[in-house]
Amino acid sequence: MTPLPVHFAGVKVGKTKGTAMGLQAVFFYLFAFVAVASAFMVIAARNPVHSVLFLILTFFNAAGLFLLTGAEFLAIILLVVYVGAVAVLFLFVVMMLDVDFAQLRSGFLEYAPVGALVGLILAGELIIVLGGATFSPEIAASGAQAIPALSDRSNTGALGDVLYTDYIYFFQIAGLILLVAMIGAIVLTLRHRENIKRQDISRQVARTPATSVDVVKVKPGQGI
Amino acid sequence: MDGFFATYAWPAIVIIGQSLLLLVSLLIFIAYILYADRKVWAAVQMRRGPNVVGPWGLLQSFADLLKFVLKEPVIPAGANKGVFLLAPLVSVTLALAAWAVIPVNENWAVASINVGILYVFAISSLEVYGVIMGGWASNSKYPFLGALRSAAQMVSYEVSIGFVIVTVLLCVGSLSLTDIVLAQRDGLGTMLGLPNSFLDWHWLALFPMFIIFFISALAETNRPPFDLPEAESELVAGFMVEYGSTPYMMFMLGEYAAIVLMCALTTILFLGGWLPPVDFWLINWIPGIFWFVLKCALVFFMFAMVKAFVPRYRYDQLMRLGWKVFLPLSLAMVVITAFVLKLTGWA
Repeated sequence: MTPLPVHFAGVKVGKTKGTAMGLQAVFFYLFAFVAVASAFMVIAARNPVHSVLFLILTFFNAAGLFLLTGAEFLAIILLVVYVGAVAVLFLFVVMMLDVDFAQLRSGFLEYAPVGALVGLILAGELIIVLGGATFSPEIAASGAQAIPALSDRSNTGALGDVLYTDYIYFFQIAGLILLVAMIGAIVLTLRHRENIKRQDISRQVARTPATSVDVVKVKPGQGI
Repeated sequence: MDGFFATYAWPAIVIIGQSLLLLVSLLIFIAYILYADRKVWAAVQMRRGPNVVGPWGLLQSFADLLKFVLKEPVIPAGANKGVFLLAPLVSVTLALAAWAVIPVNENWAVASINVGILYVFAISSLEVYGVIMGGWASNSKYPFLGALRSAAQMVSYEVSIGFVIVTVLLCVGSLSLTDIVLAQRDGLGTMLGLPNSFLDWHWLALFPMFIIFFISALAETNRPPFDLPEAESELVAGFMVEYGSTPYMMFMLGEYAAIVLMCALTTILFLGGWLPPVDFWLINWIPGIFWFVLKCALVFFMFAMVKAFVPRYRYDQLMRLGWKVFLPLSLAMVVITAFVLKLTGWA
């Protein structure tokens, strides 16, 4: 593991290898334990709002794990995207919904085998992808690009190289697909309702006294 | 044992000492910012404002603190107790946590990390949780409405704040807050052949973004004219209705800490951080922290004046401003800035 690229008050904290590893291990087990425990609480909590709050705690600990491996950019982006935006929307929806907890729990045993199967498949795939290199080391060498050392390329820059230089077309295609999905969602939910008064700011701003005010000379006792 | 002291204990003591120093000075600054807010507001309305406690009312905030702490905290019967008490804690902790990376002078940051601006952005995007949790846990109508409003409002304005930050980053080429300030040493002014001065700072070169950032910062911190989560004329006090005593004080503290944070961020991104306004030996002799605090106070003065002058926005107008005006504008400016920097090779 690479030490954290963190400077405290201008002094780069360079630890001797043995002791730094000890502290890193402590933090790793702390983050990993809390992440797993709170991930369990996400499905175990009775109140869905509590579930979302535990999910946020899980994200925080995942960010902590990223920090430990020296991927500070990914850690912060995880916080910005998942905790700052996605979880807010989760919370928003869960708070607004009137959820019947008893009904939500009723089908638990029915769905449990399906859930377990999905979980098993996922776990198997993860083991193959991440553990494959352990069984046959040539796999690791075949696909991956050389990772530049943290000292000569910050991981923000390294990610930028991969996303915007090496794989720019894939990145653009992914963006295009997301754009299409977004437009699709808007088209599906857009309804033009009649008889609704809408505010048209540009029309309001463009109004002048000449077009909107009519000065009428009223004779006394006659009215208009 | 000797190695343990040198590697762990001493740096830990130093960091704790620095954090305490920063926190205490920040809290005192916030106490006087609160006082200044009320004084400015009063002056605009031709009132006197707080003037009883201490000379010119200078100790008003401390009297308020004592009053809040000594009141009995009341938790509503239907409230979700844990989340109800957690919400103000979250709000104040996050607002103070962001200060860990703010450089108040060259190399004067508790932790000068190289993704500093992202860290501040992440923390300020988390501040919405205090409001949502408080509003939901109160189990009452007005707080809930306030929480829903603020969730939508703060997420919306984060988008434009993000794009403004991206434009600044394009000009700087680094995510570190210290680098952002140092990049403003030379700029538009030096290009025209003038000596280093306040004309070099980003506020002039990126003037539209400065305005967008300022207004978005108002919305992000729930300041008037965008204080819809706590609009007192319609929602009584929004998400804070059910809060009293110390929890309420912590919400207020969190809110003002977030406001001061936004002032500091404006200072760093656009007003040159701790850099002196003109390059002159007498002025260069003044320590940088003085300029930093002065600029923060200046930005806060603008915050206070806006509060005094501008009537509250209607909710749909607030959303329109965020999504239909600021988002396209800031997005366009990102593209334009990138093109200009690439074509001229200034970056």
